[in-house]
Amino acid sequence: MDIQYNEAELAFRDEVRAFVAEKLPKEISDKVKSSEHVSPEDMITWQRALYEKGWLAINWPEKHGGPGWSPIQKHIFEEETAEAGAPRILPFGLNMVAPVIIKFGTQEQKDYYLPRILKSEDWWAQGYSEPGAGSDLASLKCRAERDGDHYIVNGQKTWTTLGQHANMIFVLVRTDTTVKKQEGISFLLVDMENTPGVTVRPLITLDGAHEVNEVFFDNVKVPVENLVGEENKGWTCAKYLLTFERTGIAGVGISKAALEHLKQIARNEQAEGKPLIEHPRVAERLVELELELMAVEMTNLRVVSAAEAGGVPGAESSFLKVMGTEVRQKISDLYRELAGPYALPFPDLDVGEDAFGPEFSASASSTYFNLRKLSIFGGSNEIQKNIISKAILGL
Amino acid sequence: MDFSYSDEQRMLKDMVDRVVADQYSFEQREKIIKSDTGYSPEVWSQFAELGLLAVPFSEAAGGFNGGGAELMVVAEGFGRGLVVEPYLSTVVLAGTFLDAALGDDAKADALEPIISGEQKYALACYEPNGRYDPFWIETTAKKDGDSYVLSGKKAVVLGGDSADRLLVIARSSGDNPGKNGLSAFLVDGNADGVSRDGYTTFDGHRAAEIVLDNVKVGADALVGEEGGAAAPLQYALDRGIIALCAEAAGAMEVACDLTLDYIKERKQFGVPIGSFQALQHRMVDMRISLEKVRSLALWAACSLDAPDAERRQRLAAAKAMVSKAGRHVAEEAIQLFGGMGMMDESSISHYAKRIVLIDHYLGDGNYHTDRLIDLLVEENAAA
Ligand SMILES: Cc1cc2nc3c(=O)[nH]c(=O)nc-3n(C[C@H](O)[C@H](O)[C@H](O)COP(=O)(O)OP(=O)(O)OC[C@H]3O[C@@H](n4cnc5c(N)ncnc54)[C@H](O)[C@@H]3O)c2cc1C
Repeated sequence: MDIQYNEAELAFRDEVRAFVAEKLPKEISDKVKSSEHVSPEDMITWQRALYEKGWLAINWPEKHGGPGWSPIQKHIFEEETAEAGAPRILPFGLNMVAPVIIKFGTQEQKDYYLPRILKSEDWWAQGYSEPGAGSDLASLKCRAERDGDHYIVNGQKTWTTLGQHANMIFVLVRTDTTVKKQEGISFLLVDMENTPGVTVRPLITLDGAHEVNEVFFDNVKVPVENLVGEENKGWTCAKYLLTFERTGIAGVGISKAALEHLKQIARNEQAEGKPLIEHPRVAERLVELELELMAVEMTNLRVVSAAEAGGVPGAESSFLKVMGTEVRQKISDLYRELAGPYALPFPDLDVGEDAFGPEFSASASSTYFNLRKLSIFGGSNEIQKNIISKAILGL
Repeated sequence: MDFSYSDEQRMLKDMVDRVVADQYSFEQREKIIKSDTGYSPEVWSQFAELGLLAVPFSEAAGGFNGGGAELMVVAEGFGRGLVVEPYLSTVVLAGTFLDAALGDDAKADALEPIISGEQKYALACYEPNGRYDPFWIETTAKKDGDSYVLSGKKAVVLGGDSADRLLVIARSSGDNPGKNGLSAFLVDGNADGVSRDGYTTFDGHRAAEIVLDNVKVGADALVGEEGGAAAPLQYALDRGIIALCAEAAGAMEVACDLTLDYIKERKQFGVPIGSFQALQHRMVDMRISLEKVRSLALWAACSLDAPDAERRQRLAAAKAMVSKAGRHVAEEAIQLFGGMGMMDESSISHYAKRIVLIDHYLGDGNYHTDRLIDLLVEENAAA
């Protein structure tokens, strides 16, 4: 047993560090580190830099443009980029729809969509959830009826993250209403920009942000070529996609960067005549979070190295989701706490910052409230616990 | 021992509940928050007509002679409706300060504009470097002939954006931080040298950063004795804490009710999500947190006249419990609502924000835990 990275892994880590140091613009990493709003342009800038290096599609097979990394290499890459303050890679194209197209798509679909995803030419959105179908995704109602060479789609998707920027959406639709609910679902690709009948409406979240949307489909004509896999076999695609959604789910790198940000704040900010870090209660909270995070980090490495040895992360990723999101939420709670009375001013989202109190405090409450989402989406933490109790504990 | 309301308290409760029900639908509240002033002048004058603006003041001041229990009744009702009018700043903080600091004749005059609803006041006490310490006062009051010159910065002054008059706590002598040498001055909100930067808070209230740049006031601006502001300040802050804890209890009650209704109605997997035992226990834990806050808020409200150590302990305990149990209820409410809990258009998210952010007014959980530790140390030294 050796819990250290070996020489090759260390060399790889240095290579990643050098690349990030050279290519990640400081104005972007500064925003990420201080939880400020990161624009779509910032995300694309970083994705283009990775694409040029061949490091964008880390979960794809080499023949489609992946770097051919081992699970440990992917882990190192994700940690290093997150700790350096790189914006997140938009998962919807790269880590959601692409693996499904690679596994189930036609040659034409692969040839057309994959290069566009690599070059960030399409912005994808995920059209799974509906008002009546959240945790119980299979009960979805959005309907697609075959009409010659087209499907006619009618219905609604909701909580669509960053759908306001998207030109493409992959949707789960019901193509057979007469069978068991999982058996009448299909996986469709919809061009949101060029197909009449698609309407996107903003949903404002409690932090005042516009991050999610409702998407309405009103007699939307989708060519049958946009079906991925077989008709009524969409649930297989949906489940396959979820295994990719769970890669990097522990968010260890992001949490480390966030905790480091808090330590910096605690060192720099004075309260009642001394730095916050010298307030015993603050120090205690920092240490508590650190040990929680250490537990997530090592658990994550254990799962990753099992994957390296050929095991497939299955239900174990549910542990990581719960542990990882809980610690991130707790870090954001301390962030709010550190801001003290200056957690109160509502940041002016149009200005992008607020002028009240210390600069770090501007995003404290919004980060805390925004990150409530972590335990709700990607399979809520309750659903993860149901998986653990059934699949691992056999209850 | 009798935990029931008196007839008068019950009438007060019914009255508050009625105004809130009439004036404070979710849509009306949203409108008020987005208005220029951030409060409703109509609602405010209704409060005045009903006598709500006089509840915690002594009879000599023209008030109701309400104690902690009456304040609790009012604030709980406001918490249930998430009322954003500047009641805490004007009545509970600035108003009770004046009541405590002034002699009988003077207090009647001073409180008349508050009781009648004509003017709004704000307590400008806390400072940017002092975090939650009310006795961290770097703002100076320098005597200049018959007048005083005030200079300093005041942080997150509740209601400070629209207040007609500011009750400024400044240091006329003594070392910072400390209670000695603090004096209070009533300053016109638009006086020369006062600049105010107002904003909306995360929970829909208003506050301001205030800079006092050589603000010259007459000797008549001094409230009470020179150097004697600490005691009335404590009096006012104690009442502020009672109001906030009671408000938290009211808001938590509604958050629990809304969540309970939601999990009974929301169906997934063909059944109400409230039928899952995993969620039933979570809902029960929320109710337990609510009961804890109700109990300690009540205890604090009934301890305003208790001996010093007891009063301090119960106030600190209540506020520290609101920090912990309030956050628990808010986070769980959002979680059990799922995506809907994250929505600005769902009222639950506004309850969650208010409950969590109450922790950031008048000392958070850490601050009040430290006060409890102070008491422990004192007790130990005496033993
Ligand atoms: C910010 C944000 C972004 C999102 N982005 C997207 C997106 O881009 N695309 C997309 O398709 N979806 C997206 N979602 C939707 C997300 O996947 C759903 O919110 C999630 O599946 C939960 O569904 P729900 O909100 O309907 O809650 P519900 O399923 O109604 O759940 C409510 C509560 O009940 C619990 N619960 C449900 N079933 C059980 C059970 N069997 N046992 C115990 N507890 C249970 C849940 O855990 C939760 O606490 C997003 C959501 C959010 C908040």
